[in-house]
Amino acid sequence: MLNKEFLLKIGLAEMLKGGVIMDVTNSEQAKIAEDAGAVAVMALERIPADIRADGGVARMSNPKMIKEIQSVVSIPVMAKCRIGHFAEAQVLQTLGVDFIDESEVLTPADESNHIWKHDFKVPFVCGCRDIGEALRRIAEGAALIRTKGEAGSGNIVEAVRHMRAVQGEIRRIQTLASAELTSYAKNIGAPVELVQYVKENGKLPVLNFSAGGIATPADASLMMQLGAETNFVGSGIFKSQDPAARAKAIVMATTNFNDPDMVAKASEGLGDAMPGLEMSSIPEEEMLHKRGW
Amino acid sequence: MGLKIGILALQGDYHKHGQAVTKLGYEPVFVKDNQTLNQCDKLIIPGGESTTFLYLIDKLELRPALLEFGREKAIMGTCAGLITLAAEVKQSPYKTLGLIDIKVYRNAYGRQIDSFVDTVELYFNDTPISFEGVFIRAPKIESCAHGIKKLGFHKNDTVVAANENILVTTFHPELTDDLRVHQYFIEKIGL
Repeated sequence: MLNKEFLLKIGLAEMLKGGVIMDVTNSEQAKIAEDAGAVAVMALERIPADIRADGGVARMSNPKMIKEIQSVVSIPVMAKCRIGHFAEAQVLQTLGVDFIDESEVLTPADESNHIWKHDFKVPFVCGCRDIGEALRRIAEGAALIRTKGEAGSGNIVEAVRHMRAVQGEIRRIQTLASAELTSYAKNIGAPVELVQYVKENGKLPVLNFSAGGIATPADASLMMQLGAETNFVGSGIFKSQDPAARAKAIVMATTNFNDPDMVAKASEGLGDAMPGLEMSSIPEEEMLHKRGW
Repeated sequence: MGLKIGILALQGDYHKHGQAVTKLGYEPVFVKDNQTLNQCDKLIIPGGESTTFLYLIDKLELRPALLEFGREKAIMGTCAGLITLAAEVKQSPYKTLGLIDIKVYRNAYGRQIDSFVDTVELYFNDTPISFEGVFIRAPKIESCAHGIKKLGFHKNDTVVAANENILVTTFHPELTDDLRVHQYFIEKIGL
């Protein structure tokens, strides 16, 4: 049986299931997101596409801006801290943020260590590219995992790669003999107990959401069909031509992800999607998903 | 007992309710449209975000069918499901279903940091039972109209209420392994 504190953390993640979490940078955008049926908003100063364009060090958002967003919406408000920056996380917890994203979108503060998330009462979500990274973050106390994708790219290819990597390894672990688990755990760099959990249950010990590249209703449907339990949408909404319409359409496509007629209907008349970036055009050192380990 | 228990699956922890229904030996049916709803004998509205539920209920034109269902058959709502079913909700941008005459405050205990687990007392029959109540950004029932049964308490707050067809809880029985609330709903409400 789970301890009570962790039950509350993964319980909130359960409440977000099957929904869309939207990046917002001010209270007007937060309101648009809530009115479009978002299950939560991620408050950040610049959306990933702008962080990418602006360069420089990206940090935790200004508390004043987070408070403004908290005051205008009734849905959960999330915020990002830098990888390993537990003091930023302490500030976010004090502000009453509902979920903290220890995120590769911000400039990492610690290149060796992620935050020890068991020390916090507020739940954390962390990014991953593969099963080993997912299980390491869960060992540190993450109550929710999201595959990283490539934030601010408007290109779904990395999100698909990471989701397929995680789901594929979950299937593979289920075929392992018990005697093979220790060596497998050693190779992926994750605790054997968590690998054993995956073998026995056929899933991660926490929910797995998708992030990093969703720009259209069909992208949202694709990620849900590949095994995402909820979609994070960052730049895809507020970098598009008609954010309110696109937000609503992505919510509709996420709920009805397995109904192509509904996804088609949601995709009509949305104006232009964000332009998006070809992966080969992003210099290696600017790849956000390579941050963290 | 081949009862089909519908679970509104627009968003939220509907799979957790599905697991509880299956463990009790009934068939869970995930509902996203009117046609599926009409095949069900009872319905559960899960935990999740009530603003998202109500937005999608209207967008998918489910409201008339849900209102008709609730007048004829039993519905249970947990947390956001309770808000969706209530008559009056403070701070709800959307019109709720109004199938149970209670007045509700959303997020009444505060933000996630104020979420908690604590024992609640349930009065399903003459002997009160203790139940582990998981309260996540939970609402509070501010008042109940005449005739609404108060079936569960945490400190001085009513946390379970019911009328003939509708049972609501402010906490999440689906997040524990204890099936007694689901069992009570399926076997005793709306008969």
